[in-house]
Order: sequence, then structure tokens, then C-alpha cells
Amino acid sequence: MIQIQAPFTEEKVRGLKVGDMVEISGVVFTGRDAVHKWLHEGNDPPVSFKDSIIYHCGPVVLKKKGKWVVTAAGPTTSTREEPYQAGIIERLGVRAVIGKGGMGEKTRLACQKFGCVYLHAVGGAAQVLAEAIEEVENVYGLEQFGSPEAIWQLRVKNFPVVVTIDSHGNSLHKDIEAHSGKVLGELFTAISEKKAASK
Amino acid sequence: MAFNLTSKQQKQLQESFVEVIRKTSAELPQDVVDAVLEGLEQEAKDSRGEYALKIIQKNIELAKKKSQPLCQDTGSILFYVHYPRQMCGEMLGKIIRKSVVAATKKGFLRQNSVDSLTGKNNGTNVGAGTPTLHLEPWKKDYLDVRLILKGGGCENVGGQYSLPDSRVGAGRDLAGVKKCILDAVQQAQGKGCGPGVLGVIIGGDRSTGYSASKEQFLRKMGDKNAHPELARLEEECVREANELGIGPMGFGGKTTLMGVKVAALNRVPASFFVSVSYMCWAYRRQGAQVSNKGEIRKWFY
Repeated sequence: MIQIQAPFTEEKVRGLKVGDMVEISGVVFTGRDAVHKWLHEGNDPPVSFKDSIIYHCGPVVLKKKGKWVVTAAGPTTSTREEPYQAGIIERLGVRAVIGKGGMGEKTRLACQKFGCVYLHAVGGAAQVLAEAIEEVENVYGLEQFGSPEAIWQLRVKNFPVVVTIDSHGNSLHKDIEAHSGKVLGELFTAISEKKAASK
Repeated sequence: MAFNLTSKQQKQLQESFVEVIRKTSAELPQDVVDAVLEGLEQEAKDSRGEYALKIIQKNIELAKKKSQPLCQDTGSILFYVHYPRQMCGEMLGKIIRKSVVAATKKGFLRQNSVDSLTGKNNGTNVGAGTPTLHLEPWKKDYLDVRLILKGGGCENVGGQYSLPDSRVGAGRDLAGVKKCILDAVQQAQGKGCGPGVLGVIIGGDRSTGYSASKEQFLRKMGDKNAHPELARLEEECVREANELGIGPMGFGGKTTLMGVKVAALNRVPASFFVSVSYMCWAYRRQGAQVSNKGEIRKWFY
């Protein structure tokens, strides 16, 4: 297990490789569909995203005794941000993206070129991930984007993820898709041969 | 004789439905927990698959302890209810909808029902087509209530094949069906929050096939299909899908699929559909026997 402290630096990010199991501590910013589209349109974030971590997450946040408390905070599917992510990494200097389900070629290439990583959280693990959030430090765009879509500035501790796209051009998603595709082809051949033999 | 529930009994019935929703959202049925633990045993020590399953195991325990939704996407609400034929179905539907509103207010369900035209969310989970209620009267004098909560991530990776399918190379036979099932697993990759379970229907039409494929999730993990050929197909599909190496959350590993449940419906000669629904590891299913006075008598899972 690798422990890593945010904010990231290019050096820290370049030290990570596909398959690494990592626990993150420090600040992360949530951002999902509306925020990505808005940033893609050329708007500047309300707080600097340089060396930051963006988390694809629409948390459930309640106000208790005047303080924001996150009650559920699992990742959402990242591929929806594929059209925007590469540009945002380049323009704003984002160092890590947390989500689930992986991302495509554009993001993989941007990670390689600009020094960024994609970190895969465990989908559905809403309670474990909410426990890893120590504090809501701030919220931006609550009125503009609504609660699940707003930019929540969260302080996390030992937030568990796996590096599935690194800054050296590797993607675990690409590798596993290729491997499973090859095995599937072999299984299909066996099914067809068995059928032919039974005739 | 009609069952005229007193207003107190109606309230009791509504409370029982809220309890079914709470338990479904916060507690995985034991047969699913056992399947997850079995997967955990299969994965290599210190592997990414084991890492993911350990987090999943911890999440299952934490949600139960805190009585909170185990996944933030409390998903589609699918009710399957048998009720005494003397009971008014319209009243029952009303009570169930009210229980959904109450359970949402209590935080057992996320505000999850969105108007598809305006994008508006009225925050109650009740709207056009939501929740989904399958209500069937029967001769018995009690209710059989079953509920499935199915998240959007896994719903998005379901698929329907019209055979013959040239991309998959699937003809109109069980060998073709098997190819469709394995292809569906490959297509879903890590996107459906694996390890998952598949509900499959051979035949039917486009709507009955999908609908019945979800009903397969009412079956217990370890049960055996009464149809010997389908039982064999289920076993083979699980074994072969786990050879794909996709693993928990698509991180790689041995546990890609925990189960496959297959049934067949008649079809018209021109059509041969294979409908595949994917259920994620957050396989929320509960059921209870409820008396005609509205009290929960026992749990099924």
C-alpha cells in the first residue's frame, strides 16, 4: 500500500504506475458532468486546480448543526467526462482524477503528456468512502450546479484507490480489455467446435 | 369478503413497506454476502482483486451497522407483491407509493427520480413510471412482498441480442445464447461494479424479456435451475466468464461473475431475443411475508 499526500506534484505522479494500490490524504475537489462541461467551455474554476485532484462524485451532503457532513460519497462513471477531461488536465494542471470504470484514449494520452493519473475507487462503496472524508472544507457553485453537481472541497484521509491509468502511457483498462477479449475469442471457438462435433 | 383495512392497519402496512425498503437498501441478503466472501477467498493475497473485495466487504458491514444505503445510488425501485385478492389493489399501490416517499425522506432512498423532459427531480421518487410496481392478487390471505433496488451503473450495461447475431456469431440455439451471455460480461468489463450476477431470458419480446430477466434476481444465489439444460448453461457461463480475468471492479482477478440465472419464455417464430440484465455486487434484494393486518411476519432472504 502506497500512502500519498495531496497536493500532488509532477514528481509524485510520475512515481506511480498502473496497478499500484494507493491511499490518498489531503484535499480533493468533486466535479461531475455540469462542472466538466462548464470548465470545458473555458470558464475558470473558483479556486486554483493546479496540482489538484478531481473526484468524479456526486456526494450526498447534509447540513448538521451548521456544518456540512458527507453521508455517502462513492464514485460515478467517468467515461461521461472523456470529451472534456484531457483539455481540463492540460489547461488547469490537474494531477489526478478519481472515478470509476476507467477513461479512454484522450485521457490516457493527456495523463502521459502532462503528468496526471487516473485513480479508480471502488464503485458502490458509499459508506467506506464517506468514512474516509474527514471534513467538508468548502463548496463552490452550489446555487449554479445544485448539490450533487457542485464543487465540494473535501479533506480526505486514507482514501483507497487503484492506479488504472498512469503517466507513462499505461492503462489497466486497455490491458484487461485486450486480455479478456482474447480469452473470449478462444471460448467462442471452443463453443463453435463443440457444437460442430455434436452434429 | 373484502379486507377493509382500518386506517391504523393501513398505517401499519405502510410502516412495514418502509421497513422492507430500509432493510433492502442497507443490508445485503446473506446468500449474496456469502458469494462475495467466496470471491474474496478466491483472489490472490495482496492482489488488486482482493483489495477491492475487502473494501466491498467492509462497506457491506458498515452500511448494515449504520443502517444507511450501502450504495449512494439506491437505483430503480422494483416491487413484486402478491396480495390477498379481497384486498383493494388500488389502495395497496397508494400505500406503497406513500412508503417510498416516507423512505426517501428518511434517507433510505436517494432522491432518484428525474423527469426525462425537464431534468427536474421532485425529490420523492414517485413520478411517471417510478417506482415500478408488479402487483398480483392471489388466493392466500397474506402478502408476499419482494423488493429489488438496482443501481444505474449496472442497469446501463445490460444488453439485448436478436438472434442470429453476426457480430457475436450466435445462432438460434443454446450455444448461441451462451455466446451472448459471455459477450455481455466482456462488454460490461469494469463498468457494472463487479463481481456481478446476470439475469437472462431466452425468448419473449423486447419488453417481457428484459422485465423477466430482472425477476431472475429474486432467485437465491445458490439455487439450482429446475431445467437441467439451463442449470448446465448457468454453471458453464459462470465458470467460463471467470476465465476472462476481468475481476472485481475490472481490476483483474478471478471473480468476474458470482452467478447467472437463466429462464425461457415462449417467442413468436420471427423473433429470438436473449435479454441480459446485469446486477452489480451491491445486489439489494429483500422480501417479507406481511399479514393482512399489515405486520411483517418473516423475512425470506
